[in-house]
Amino acid sequence: MSFLTFAWDWLKSPQQWHGAGGIPIRVLEHLYYAGLPLLIATAIAVPLGLLLGHHGRGGFVVINVTNIWRAVPTLGLLILVVVLLGLGVLSWLIPLVVLAIPPILINTYEGVGGVDPELKDAARGMGMTDWQLLWKVEVPVAVPLIMLGLRTGAIFVVATATIAAEIGVGGLGRYIIDGLAANNYGEVAGGAAVIVVLALVVQAAFTGLRRLVVPRGLRLQARGSR
Amino acid sequence: MQWSWIPQNWSIIWPYTLDNLLLGLVPPLLGLVIAVPVGIACVARRWLYPPVLSLTSALYALPSLALFVVLIAYTGLGNLTVIIPLTLFSLCVLIPNVVDGLRSVAEPVRQAATAMGFTQLRRLVQVELPLAVPVVIAGLRVAVVSSISLASLGQLIGVSSLGYFFIDGLQRDFPTEIYVGLGLTIILALVCDLILVTARTLLTPWARGRRVAPSPLTPGPPVVVR
Repeated sequence: MSFLTFAWDWLKSPQQWHGAGGIPIRVLEHLYYAGLPLLIATAIAVPLGLLLGHHGRGGFVVINVTNIWRAVPTLGLLILVVVLLGLGVLSWLIPLVVLAIPPILINTYEGVGGVDPELKDAARGMGMTDWQLLWKVEVPVAVPLIMLGLRTGAIFVVATATIAAEIGVGGLGRYIIDGLAANNYGEVAGGAAVIVVLALVVQAAFTGLRRLVVPRGLRLQARGSR
Repeated sequence: MQWSWIPQNWSIIWPYTLDNLLLGLVPPLLGLVIAVPVGIACVARRWLYPPVLSLTSALYALPSLALFVVLIAYTGLGNLTVIIPLTLFSLCVLIPNVVDGLRSVAEPVRQAATAMGFTQLRRLVQVELPLAVPVVIAGLRVAVVSSISLASLGQLIGVSSLGYFFIDGLQRDFPTEIYVGLGLTIILALVCDLILVTARTLLTPWARGRRVAPSPLTPGPPVVVR
């Protein structure tokens, strides 16, 4: 039997759709375990990236943090924190926030830091203050990269929230971890199918959001350069 | 941290490290074998690139654990179940970098090669691909470091890797083991990264001395995190 047969057999059973362990609740849990860290990480990384990018400082640190971030195994970090702190809100929140910061930070930094210097000169020549330069020129030009960073961060927390089931939190990863433990491939396959759909929806949502917030001038420019 | 645990358990640490290394290196290399022809095709036929890019970025959104368990239905619990998804993830970085690398070759250089009587194939092999090496290696570094760190997730479905020390450390509530797993994963990633930086220097002798050699931690041109 193929993956889809297993997944379908499990998904079509009505008992998967009700109660505390049902799919709707698990999806909401998953969105919570992924969304809260993403919000906190955004609140930290975007202002920090804007600040560093605007002043053109700290690039070396930002790039190195991102490289080390790629090398850190998420499972190891999650397990280390839970062994040190015990299972509580902080034990999943801390690693997820820490892991979501680098992609948002570097893309914001690169977006703002990479704004054409001539554009900045022109803005200063028009008499813009630092603050106006940041909000009226640098941020709008950097929006595509900032949104790319948010999308990468979102993809990353959705994936990591799945793995967090291993340390005992809820969410859709439960189906995979519990199914594997119980040797129940139907549950594993059904859970994986829901996660795949959720991940694609999240990605599509962020791609749509990006289209929505990219300034019209940049879109016209992108079309013209093609 | 109990340092004495390391020498006492060296006989199990070493095989898991080697397994993790294998799972980290095979996918990027397989990915390179696929990405170079696909990238060349995307540069030659411009209409091909947008759909390929959409496909790879959709793939990138999928949590690796979900892909592993989908594949269990077809490839069982062996190494292939981890190698195939990690190869797909490598493609998400490698294909854009091959395309960017080939496109970064300056038009005068291409024209000079044609004027010297190079056929298209010879121009590709002797001029364009060598000049694309720095950008391709930048992508390879991201792919290798990510694969080494993602390989530990294979342990969740029983595929041997450094993830063993995370799961065993969690079950035994023994932080030392988790530190060892985290440390070895990061060391493996850094060592492989250094080797790739050296390879780039050896493969692009013309670039030597022209710019300051980047530190092993700073990546090549594309810093954007996809």
